[in-house]
Amino acid sequence: MNPVRKKIQRLLVLFAFGVLALNYPLLALFSKTAFGFGIPLLYLYLFVFWVIFIIFIAFVAERKKMPKTSYPLTYNRKAD
Amino acid sequence: MLQEWVILLVSLCYLGTLFAIAYYADWKSDLGESVISNPYIYTLSIAVYCTAWTFYGSVGRAAETGVGFMPIYLGPTLMAALWWFLLRKIIRIAKVYRITSIADFLASRYGKSSLIGGLVTIIAVVGIMPYISLQLKAVSTSYYVMVHYPDFEMIQEHRVTSIWNDNAFSVAMIMAAFSILFGTRHIDATERHEGMVAAIAFESVVKLLAFSAAGIFITFIMFDGPVDLFDWAGRYQETARLMKLEVLPGGYTNWFTLTFLSMMAIMFLPRQFQVLVVENVNEEHVRKAAWLFPLYLLAINIFVLPIAFAGMLLFPEGHVAPDIFVLALPLTEGQDILALFVYLGGLSAATGMVIVATIALSTMLCNDLVMPILLRVLSIQQVDLSRVLLFIRRCSIIFVLLLGYFYYRFIGESYTLVSMGLVSFAAAAQFGPAIIFGVFWKDASRRAAISGLSAGFLIWFYTLLLPSFARSGWIPISFLKHGPFGIELLKPYQLFGLNMFDPITHSVFWSMFANIGLLVGISLFDRQNTMDRIQASLFIDVYRHSGDTHLWKGKAMITELKDLLARFIGPQQTDRAFARYSSTHHIDFSKDMQADAELVEFAERLLSGAIGAASARVMVSSIVEGEEISPEGIMKIIDETSQVLEYSHQLEEKSLELEAATKELQEANRRLKELDRLKDEFVSTVSHELRTPLTSVRAFSEILHDNEDMGKDERHKYLDIMVKETERLTRLINEVLDLAKIESGRADWFMENIDLTEVIKEAVASTSQLFREKAITIVEMTPTFPIRVFADRDRLMQVAINLLSNAAKFSPSEKGTVTVRVYYKKREIRVEVADNGPGIYPEEQKKIFEKFKQITDLRNGKPKGTGLGLTICRRIIEYHNGRIWVESEPGKGSKFIFSLPD
Repeated sequence: MNPVRKKIQRLLVLFAFGVLALNYPLLALFSKTAFGFGIPLLYLYLFVFWVIFIIFIAFVAERKKMPKTSYPLTYNRKAD
Repeated sequence: MLQEWVILLVSLCYLGTLFAIAYYADWKSDLGESVISNPYIYTLSIAVYCTAWTFYGSVGRAAETGVGFMPIYLGPTLMAALWWFLLRKIIRIAKVYRITSIADFLASRYGKSSLIGGLVTIIAVVGIMPYISLQLKAVSTSYYVMVHYPDFEMIQEHRVTSIWNDNAFSVAMIMAAFSILFGTRHIDATERHEGMVAAIAFESVVKLLAFSAAGIFITFIMFDGPVDLFDWAGRYQETARLMKLEVLPGGYTNWFTLTFLSMMAIMFLPRQFQVLVVENVNEEHVRKAAWLFPLYLLAINIFVLPIAFAGMLLFPEGHVAPDIFVLALPLTEGQDILALFVYLGGLSAATGMVIVATIALSTMLCNDLVMPILLRVLSIQQVDLSRVLLFIRRCSIIFVLLLGYFYYRFIGESYTLVSMGLVSFAAAAQFGPAIIFGVFWKDASRRAAISGLSAGFLIWFYTLLLPSFARSGWIPISFLKHGPFGIELLKPYQLFGLNMFDPITHSVFWSMFANIGLLVGISLFDRQNTMDRIQASLFIDVYRHSGDTHLWKGKAMITELKDLLARFIGPQQTDRAFARYSSTHHIDFSKDMQADAELVEFAERLLSGAIGAASARVMVSSIVEGEEISPEGIMKIIDETSQVLEYSHQLEEKSLELEAATKELQEANRRLKELDRLKDEFVSTVSHELRTPLTSVRAFSEILHDNEDMGKDERHKYLDIMVKETERLTRLINEVLDLAKIESGRADWFMENIDLTEVIKEAVASTSQLFREKAITIVEMTPTFPIRVFADRDRLMQVAINLLSNAAKFSPSEKGTVTVRVYYKKREIRVEVADNGPGIYPEEQKKIFEKFKQITDLRNGKPKGTGLGLTICRRIIEYHNGRIWVESEPGKGSKFIFSLPD
């Protein structure tokens, strides 16, 4: 498969996964007065998920070096 | 306790530092070195998202709703996952078409319509007004806290009567001056502000450090780390309830709404669009920013909950507003320096937002609202417009800040920071559908976008902004409680009786419903004009076109173009741009007087950087003669895909046709070659066949000529031979002519209903002489009744006679028997002539019907006949749709059979 398409699909799936994980009903599972490592469960879940999500974005975004696509290209190409 | 002058001095010094940084970056940029061209500065500039709302308001919201502050930062984190393809595409579009603001972007996308540009500008200005007032409120409150702490009476009572001793007004004016210095030093064709970006990045560092410093101090020094803090918080009902989501007003729906709003806001707030898209140096930076920016958000939020809990534990009486906990806590502990640093962080957060927002809005106001009107109303032929542009922008900045100030003064007191900000978020979200659909969906049309935007904006205005006036007493409160004129169905917080949502969700639901519904619905039924379709294609297929569209067909004089540009962006910049163009395109402007399409387009883009796409189009078309848009250009853009498809389809068909034609040609060629070979063979055989009798006739006539004294018998014998040979010659020539006639289709056929039996009988009768000569028995087995066939009588007779005479020829004399049968078989009428002659070898059986293929006599090896008889027979029978063939075995005689269809 085209690497650009693959990357886009991965990012879309990641996005959908994030939206699901950060909303009802998954979120309701953690909405209780309980502590994990001395930190309220809800806070712990949200922040840990946040960190993991960032790692995932970094992983997908940086994983494969795509061909550079800067614009305008003429700045890089010396006019000869 | 710090003196007021210290605080003022530090504030001004800080602002001075910012200006120094900006000036340095601009200076570097003029030298050609960009200090901001890296993903880290880019990320920090995006962090202008974190304003005073984040700095002070998050803690306030956390103190009321626990995690309720988080969706505002989780939304952008989620959105960052989509940046790599959504944001990158928008950046590419903006760079290729020199987009300078979100209004410009939407106007360009929807047919360079100045109506859309103006509409977006109005929405943006009105929508951002609460947001700017939020910053003013935060700065002025934090200043009062710094000056009067711990005298909360004074802090609460700082409401003033005249604007001249209102410190928020001073803040607004200082910020206006600052924005003017940053953003409108000169008109730049690219409309990028390197200095501003550098200053913003610096501010992002300051606010993160300040907030973290406060967080670390409160969490680790005032308490024993977060675990200790949460342990304390868990013991009190007031704080423990914040650990669940149920405290969130509006519950999970509200949570979802806020996430959605912040996802839209991070992309489509005018200032975010400014830093994300317009100020972007390299679209590759998006890759790193997509995870660095969420990391920044995480870092700046990590201490929000601890600070909120600490504040609630230490100020349980509620006399300190939660919005100022972050400042009040260090002050309570006597940490004046830390508090000053925190105050500076808050100032950073507020000024950063105000600077970028006012610059973005002033560009929009100038390019998309004022200029289009000005260009239409006034005659601006001889004025140096670059000064006018700068003047308009400076006025716009002051106007925007004044709007924010008045909103703050009249409304701001009755709202918390976050609820003010959310009103703005809901306004910015109105841009989302038009942009996202516009970037991926070609059919999104101008009318649909206008309808969607206006409807969304009006609903937002009615359900969020008007109620804020009502709540502050500027409109009777009955407007909220009983609806306008007592119409319950139109209550702004329960429009059409929808009463299950909190005000924000309610407004977002209705406005998005109308916005997206109209955008999609009208697009589906709308018919776009050429310009709209061109712009849609240019945006959606931006990676394919990348700018070289050559839309302009008409010609313009280069000098006129230069004059036009110089009026807007100044002569120096114009000269520089043209010089660069001539060196990269190898065009000598001193020779060429006429600008070609590419140059006109280049000029239009430069101009649209300064005055917006819609106005630029109007200005350039005023000096270009001839048709605006070349049909080829349109075809190239709109129909490229379909054209390519069509073309390849045609190509495919053509190649199939060609293939078939080639096959036919090859076949024809093969047949021609075969025919040619046959003809050669035929000619040589015919000449050979003709020569044999001729030679013998000549030889005998020479003998007769030379020997006059030859005996009578002998002479008679020779003459006899000569007569026979000439007869043979005549027969041969007749047959050749006959065959040629049949083969060329020039033979005359007299088709009629005839009795085949009778024909055969006649043929037998006419050949009976041959059989008698050789004493061959002939047996006729013909039916007694007539057999009707539709045929040429003479030709059939010819075939029968030919077969019979062949049989007579090959049958042995005396013992020979020839049988003629006429019968039905397999729905055919068959005529069979059988002899008991020597028979034919199998390999010869096929050949004998070909021209000049004579049967080798099995007895003496000498061919008899002309070799054309059977060929003619076959032609005749084939003409009658019949078949002719031979069945034979050497030594057992032969059967010649022909059949005719019944």
